[in-house]
Amino acid sequence: MVDVRVPSSLDEVFRLLREEPSARLFAGGTDVMVRSFPDTLRRGPFLCLERVEELRGVNESATEVRIGAATRLSELIASPLVADRFPLLREAARHIGAPAVRNMGTLGGNVCTASPAGDTLPPLYILDADVELRSLTGQRRMPISAFITGPGLTQLEEGEVLCAVVIGKAQGFNFHHFEKVGQRKAMAISIASLAFAARTGGDGTVVKARCAFGSVAPTVFTSRVLDDTFSGKTLDRDVLERAAAIIREGVDPISDIRASMEYRRQVAANLIMRLEGAGKDR
Amino acid sequence: MKRKISFLLNGSPVAMEVDPSRRAVDVLREDLGLTGTKEGCGSGECGACSILVDDVVKLSCIMTAAQLEGRKIVTIEGVGQDGELHPVQRSFVERGAIQCGFCTPGMVIAAVGFLKENPDPTREEIRAGMSGNICRCTGYEKIIDAVEDAAAKIRGGGSGG
Ligand SMILES: Cc1cc2nc3c(=O)[nH]c(=O)nc-3n(C[C@H](O)[C@H](O)[C@H](O)COP(=O)(O)OP(=O)(O)OC[C@H]3O[C@@H](n4cnc5c(N)ncnc54)[C@H](O)[C@@H]3O)c2cc1C
Ligand code: FES
Ligand code: FES
Repeated sequence: MVDVRVPSSLDEVFRLLREEPSARLFAGGTDVMVRSFPDTLRRGPFLCLERVEELRGVNESATEVRIGAATRLSELIASPLVADRFPLLREAARHIGAPAVRNMGTLGGNVCTASPAGDTLPPLYILDADVELRSLTGQRRMPISAFITGPGLTQLEEGEVLCAVVIGKAQGFNFHHFEKVGQRKAMAISIASLAFAARTGGDGTVVKARCAFGSVAPTVFTSRVLDDTFSGKTLDRDVLERAAAIIREGVDPISDIRASMEYRRQVAANLIMRLEGAGKDR
Repeated sequence: MKRKISFLLNGSPVAMEVDPSRRAVDVLREDLGLTGTKEGCGSGECGACSILVDDVVKLSCIMTAAQLEGRKIVTIEGVGQDGELHPVQRSFVERGAIQCGFCTPGMVIAAVGFLKENPDPTREEIRAGMSGNICRCTGYEKIIDAVEDAAAKIRGGGSGG
């Protein structure tokens, strides 16, 4: 029999972690309980973060928005602050699973699972999000792109808790787009996804653009060269075809049960073509 | 080692000694004999095991017993009141939204939770709201009809339709 503790404060979390440094953390359990039940349950004890007050909710300071790691995806989607500041992140979260999965699954869980198909990750890369980590011995903060080191791999150490995802308020994007290709609409893990944000002039000329792809590389695919191709241009066919060539060249997909490598490469490049004519004032 | 947990189940307080890592669906079905909640996939994909946790739809197959502590749980056995079917249940019967019935408890729970959040949904919103529940029999149209009908019943004060 394996113990499961459900602490309600961070103090209690660290008290339990002092007793059991190898305790396995989970929040919504929508990754852990699926993958592991009943196998890894033998490797407990488990520490459930779903009720830890300090890890829940969306708050703002003058310059940043702090999203508690145990904030459920449905709460993230319902947050006016997120809708107002980071519509791209909200849109991506809406594409995860189905309602009950979003009622259980958390932002922190999506980040720590570090799946190449994790739908909140491409927007978090574009928004230059930081993660805030805490352990018994201290606290550290780093960009999400440094935190995620490979498929399913992060810098999280034993006994360390992801407390929050922190995003700067000054993003300066006025156009955003998220599209995910899966085998069906609900519950589908992505075959390829594109998150795109840009600052554009009234005539649609791009001042700056950021692109991030999910499911087409070991981690989120971003490229400075790709982002720079859009600068000073409108999103017309020529520019997008140039971008598509860079994407086909740059991505590094795998073949699996959902799609082949070649298909993913082609879908990723095609996703960018959907932006034709976008970014102009409506 | 067992732990004591207490929660509210379909309006009545429950206190029990349980393996905290036992799945909520097993606690409900095997320990408490409430077999209305079904297990289809056991991995979050089908919605058959849906229950309401503090009025929010969750999946009891990927939830541990420890997480029931202190919560208000409603299963299919508790959605109707005073011997009366819930309007969602009535609409499922009246609209022929049930064939083999295996998915029905989860569908009804998902619809009850969804209609609390969105009492006046479009058909498209119903589809999205019910998208986590799989039915191998009905082809879904009658389920969407039933949820639409139930929404009207509930808005009309519970007895219309
Ligand atoms: C049917 C179904 C469909 C799904 N569809 C999608 C989808 O479309 N897109 C998608 O991206 N995902 C999908 N998922 C995966 C999952 O729902 C998400 O990744 C979700 O965000 C995970 O959050 P969680 O809180 O449930 O994670 P958990 O399962 O609780 O935890 C996941 C991992 O993160 C660690 N962890 C969690 N919180 C913390 C913390 N605060 N500090 C340190 N470590 C932590 C855990 O130890 C574990 O390793 C789906 C899952 C299911 C069951
Ligand atoms: S049995 Fe729980 S979702 Fe299928
Ligand atoms: S009625 Fe048979 S699975 Fe839905």
